[in-house]
Amino acid sequence: MDYDLPPEYNALRRMIREFCEEEIKPLAHHIDESGVVESDLLRRMGALGFLGVPFPREYGGMGAGELGYCIMMEELNRASPSVATIIGAHIGIGVMSMYLDGSKALKDKYMPDLCSGKMICAFALTESNAGSDAAAIQLRATLEGDSYFLDGQKMWITNGPIADVINVLAITDPSLGARGGATVFAVESKWEGYSTGKPERKMGLHGSPTSLLNFDSVRVPKENVVGQIGLGFVTFMKTLDIGRVSLGAATLGGAQAALEMCVRWARTRQQFGRQIAHMQSIQFMIADMAAEIEALRALVYRTAWLVDNGRPFTKEAGMCKLLGSETASRCIDRAVQIHGALGLSRDFPLERAFRDARISEIFEGTNEIQRLVIASELMQEVGVRLRP
Amino acid sequence: MDFSLTEEQTMFRDLFRDFAEKEVAKLAEHIDRSEEPPLELFKKAAAQGFFGAPIPEAYGGVGIDWQSYCLLAEELGKHCLSTAITIGIHTSLSAMSILDVGVEEQKQKYLPPMAAGEMIGSFALTEPDAGSDPGSLTTTAEKVDGGYRLNGTKSWVSNAGIGAVMVVFASTTPGTRAKGISCFIVENDSPGVTIGYREPTLGLRGLDIRTVYFEDCFVPEANRLNGENNGWEIIVRAFNRIRLTLAAVSLGAAEASLALGVTFAAERKQFGTQIANKQAIQNYVADAATDIEALRGLVRHAAWLADSGQDFGRAASMAKYFGARAAKDTANKMLQVHGGYGFSDEYAISRYYRDVRALRLLGGTDEIQRYVVARAAFEEKGIRIQP
Repeated sequence: MDYDLPPEYNALRRMIREFCEEEIKPLAHHIDESGVVESDLLRRMGALGFLGVPFPREYGGMGAGELGYCIMMEELNRASPSVATIIGAHIGIGVMSMYLDGSKALKDKYMPDLCSGKMICAFALTESNAGSDAAAIQLRATLEGDSYFLDGQKMWITNGPIADVINVLAITDPSLGARGGATVFAVESKWEGYSTGKPERKMGLHGSPTSLLNFDSVRVPKENVVGQIGLGFVTFMKTLDIGRVSLGAATLGGAQAALEMCVRWARTRQQFGRQIAHMQSIQFMIADMAAEIEALRALVYRTAWLVDNGRPFTKEAGMCKLLGSETASRCIDRAVQIHGALGLSRDFPLERAFRDARISEIFEGTNEIQRLVIASELMQEVGVRLRP
Repeated sequence: MDFSLTEEQTMFRDLFRDFAEKEVAKLAEHIDRSEEPPLELFKKAAAQGFFGAPIPEAYGGVGIDWQSYCLLAEELGKHCLSTAITIGIHTSLSAMSILDVGVEEQKQKYLPPMAAGEMIGSFALTEPDAGSDPGSLTTTAEKVDGGYRLNGTKSWVSNAGIGAVMVVFASTTPGTRAKGISCFIVENDSPGVTIGYREPTLGLRGLDIRTVYFEDCFVPEANRLNGENNGWEIIVRAFNRIRLTLAAVSLGAAEASLALGVTFAAERKQFGTQIANKQAIQNYVADAATDIEALRGLVRHAAWLADSGQDFGRAASMAKYFGARAAKDTANKMLQVHGGYGFSDEYAISRYYRDVRALRLLGGTDEIQRYVVARAAFEEKGIRIQP
């Protein structure tokens, strides 16, 4: 066992942290207020290779694997969860679904531009009646000649308003439904019949645009099928599995940032004639935060290691997302409590952190779904198949 | 023992509920988005007597008991926490402090316009460096000819921008902490008073929270509330009242959150069934409903103590602490029941989630309430503790 990161990963962390401190953190408040992450910021991140961190160099990536990607997400989420969410949706589920099962030709066609930030990617699964029950999707793809025609709607799509390429799960065989009858298609936003709704108003992640996607007879050439016909649901579930690891890493960054703020504040703030650090109520909140964060860190980086070493990781990935999102919410909640009324002020970053953090317990599979995944994996080991 | 409300309490509850459902509910989203206190709504509420509900009729109020006053806070809290807390702070902290220790002239002068909602009241205690520890306040009141000169800064003063009168705490004997605090009634338009900007906040966006600056502000001696250096007892009693009020607001907020979750769970279908049929959802609902009934018990009990003239400080702290946690946990669980919809501003649950968070800080943090409860437990054994 070696808990030291290889030097190149430490260098990657330093580089990303420096960029975050200098280029993202000073903008984080403005991003929340304006609701916009400037495309120029994404382009500059692309130029530095950030938008292709986990992918092999042959496709324009950095080749840093899941470990490198987790390091980046941890750092990005410390600075701005809105930016981290755009990048996470782009890399972790958007491009990832193409990378996992797409043909070499398709990867050659899109991945270099996606990894360099020339194009932004989205992952389109959720529909109004298919949230936790993802298999209930209805968006239809009909084969006519050499092309498929897509009709229907997706909702809550992260990067929806800014994506150039959208990997969409559609039903190709209604008699089989999602399991066996669904296929992933890479759709370009400039194609006819494709449109997006206006960005949703959300409690947090104001800079991460989310919208409806409308498909009105969008023609998709056969070569833009991602993976095999009928096996799209498997591709998407595999993608979500892997995405949960980096989401755990992102929550780790948010929780760690909250802890650091508390430690500094407990030193600065005086009540009852002494630093509040001397109050046990404060000490114990800080201690609990630190303990939970260390457990999360160990889980996330071990799971990244499982991914990079080709081991099974479904159960652990669910744990990363579950434990991570709840740890981050708890830590940020404690941080608000420790900062008192200041924690509620929009002139101070914790208020934003509190709003931004909550969605991690919901998106990319609600925490209830993570618990189902973990329980199913455990019960499967003793031969019991669970239904949700 | 009889857990039912009296006929009169039931009548008041129905009146409050009716007003809250007809007048408050429709404005709640707008109040949150515009971040402005609903002045027209306040006029309507004042016309119903809600700004002077527990103030005796002799001073222009309605003279309702604590049990009924808690029902007002609860019913308003179901629909708009900002409105409920605006009225709660005006009544429990400001007007009732004057009622509690004011001399007849002070009561005659201020209570009738306050009860009529013509003068909205504030309570200026907290300072940038004196939050949980109000004994360390640094605003000073220097004795001058005919009165006092106030200097200092007060933060998180609710209602300051829409109000006309403030109950202000300042040190008349610096260096003696709680023993040297005096209390003053200050009109907001007095020379030397500057009302600062409305700090943007996570929730309670319709509550008018301001920083207030006092710069050589002259206050006539006739406006000193209670004797010189006798401000601390006003603070203690005002806290007892606001804690019970906020507990009742928490109860309303928790009940409303639960109702939103239950309605959503009955409508939302996943895996071919209403999600209400999922045990994970059922557990959230059961836990929330249990917390709510426990909270109702705490609130009713504390109100009964208050109505029967007993010390209700410990009971109010317990109710407030438990209530703030219950409201927060319930809003959190019901947001989870909503899934992605819960994160959208189009669904009310996210507003409750943001609004209820302040309940764990306002009127004494969770940590301070627990200190108060623990202090009472140790005092029973004759042991004094420090925070």
